[in-house]
Amino acid sequence: MAVKEYLRERFFPHMWCPGCGHGTVLNSLLRAIEELGLDKNDIVMTSGIGCSARISGYVDFHSLHTIHGRALAFATGVKLSKPDLKLLVPMGDGDALAIGGNHFIHAARRNIDITAIIMNNRIYGMTGGQFSPLSGPGKKATTAPYLTIDNAFDTVELAKAAGATFVARSTTYHAKECTELLKQAISHKGFSVVEILSQCPTHYGRKNKEGDAVQMMEGYKNNTAKLGSKALEDKPSLIARGIFVDVERPEYCQEYDKIIARAMKEEV
Amino acid sequence: MTSKSKKEIKFIQGNEACVEGALYAGVEFFAGYPITPSTEIAELLAGRLPEQGGKFIQMEDEIASMCAIVGASLTGRKVMTATSGPGFSLKQEAIGYACMAEIPCVIANVQRGGPSTGNPTHVGQGDINQARWGTHGDHNIIALTASNHQDVFSITVDAFNMAETYRTPVILLFDEAVGHLREKLVIPEAGELPIVDRLRTSVPKGVDYYPYLPREDGRLPMSDFGGHHRYNVTGLFHDMWGFPSNNPKVVNELLRHLVDKIDNNIQAITRYKEHCMEGAEYILISYGSSARSAIHLAQNRRAKGEKIGVLELQSIWPFPAQMVREKCRGAKAVLVVEMNMGQVMAQVKAAVDEPGRVFLANRIDGKLVTPSDIKQLLRVIQGRGV
Repeated sequence: MAVKEYLRERFFPHMWCPGCGHGTVLNSLLRAIEELGLDKNDIVMTSGIGCSARISGYVDFHSLHTIHGRALAFATGVKLSKPDLKLLVPMGDGDALAIGGNHFIHAARRNIDITAIIMNNRIYGMTGGQFSPLSGPGKKATTAPYLTIDNAFDTVELAKAAGATFVARSTTYHAKECTELLKQAISHKGFSVVEILSQCPTHYGRKNKEGDAVQMMEGYKNNTAKLGSKALEDKPSLIARGIFVDVERPEYCQEYDKIIARAMKEEV
Repeated sequence: MTSKSKKEIKFIQGNEACVEGALYAGVEFFAGYPITPSTEIAELLAGRLPEQGGKFIQMEDEIASMCAIVGASLTGRKVMTATSGPGFSLKQEAIGYACMAEIPCVIANVQRGGPSTGNPTHVGQGDINQARWGTHGDHNIIALTASNHQDVFSITVDAFNMAETYRTPVILLFDEAVGHLREKLVIPEAGELPIVDRLRTSVPKGVDYYPYLPREDGRLPMSDFGGHHRYNVTGLFHDMWGFPSNNPKVVNELLRHLVDKIDNNIQAITRYKEHCMEGAEYILISYGSSARSAIHLAQNRRAKGEKIGVLELQSIWPFPAQMVREKCRGAKAVLVVEMNMGQVMAQVKAAVDEPGRVFLANRIDGKLVTPSDIKQLLRVIQGRGV
């Protein structure tokens, strides 16, 4: 099936700014789904609020565009109710880790079979450029005219600590790598997290003098390195890309099936 | 165990009667978070649901519980959550989402004293207006209540039926006293009470299905997530495809639809009971556990020849103003008996022909309003002294 078949053309044009990285994430994601040969009827995309969240409207899956920060909680209801469905949950950094932080760590703790895609542009784009929990200190934002003093979460470390059984990171510069990581994340049985650094030239790049979209993507190329690479060994300050966690642990819905079996047995 | 052809009789708490009603109505999914005084509903369903292949999940918070049942409802399940005061506050945004996206679901709020943490283990009825207006923006809602376990059971069944019929969240406004009181419940046989199943679309595969295009009767047939119709669900104003729109015509029509689909069916939704109402000169309007005291007083005074009746409300929202007006016509006085600062009284005053004859017999100290509390006020109104 052509990638185009996964889009709802009726709903285009999309609302993302020129140069936004989110379209690249959508591209990588649809190619991953195509290469996995998934049936559109088996996929539910659940999203929250923000630029990233609008991705769910553009795809021809079952789509659930919810409220700010709660996409994983809605997705948990869908998944536990109908475990055969594939749950994809794209979120922005604020959506996933500020207002939605609690749901993120608990979905990871449960190891429920959902794929969380964190489109990290380090800013609240839709509301006009306020700093996020992933901005980090020393950044300029509309709510930080004197620069941020807030520390950033490390998404990968947070996901690992919370119990996610698949954790990966890449960037929009590495679109093909993203597709590979997403394929593995979607195929993984358990809670999988893929953080994709995605440029916001409009609200982050401009204010923080990181240039336009192309310059920001060059930054992703120059400031990151693959896990286990010589480049990373030589310069550990680079942002690591790749798969950080890939382990098997009991999955929540499968464990719940055992509860049903126990409950039904007691009834007999 | 009694055989299935016989009625089952139980001596249980009101919260358990709610659980029995939910199971009778076909609940398949519950998400919740521990909170007094509603916790028993979650505890009981954690055991009962998996026995019949249903699902129970204890979520990380009240918000997540509300979100999870909305997600589960979209897969075609009958869903429920239960909470109390602070938890009800936390759920409000997601309740508004369910209103906007028209997702059937049932929320039991076993009321305690508020505001804030308030009086967690004591009775209150202060969430009447929150049930109506807790979430932001214009919308409509159905809220039901009951004063005894048989009615808790049947009104819970009604709640599930109305959620499916009108594609809306339905709120069960119980209270701590009814929730924790133990009394008899006779569980009706299967088929004795009507059950409304989900209305699913008959649009075949390959033909365009418009998830938000109401039929002529105003109802919107659904399609389960995972089925062959793929569509968008959003909390934004949306067109018939479910796709976001800020077109003024679309916005106007959708908001009116959300309000009208309930207001236009107020007669079908209205639930009430009359106790000793024949020729009543003094009418006590009450609901929930307060109604038990009102009924007790009215029965006692009737035995002494006083014409006192009770109009017990079982549907609070949409407020049955026309019914209340008709029942109160000609009454010497109407006393609203409730455990708040007059939330239903304000509705009654707005409804009746003579609002000056409406009085509030309330108690807000965490104690159940008693028959003698009501009697004291009644004596003053009747000019018989304190």
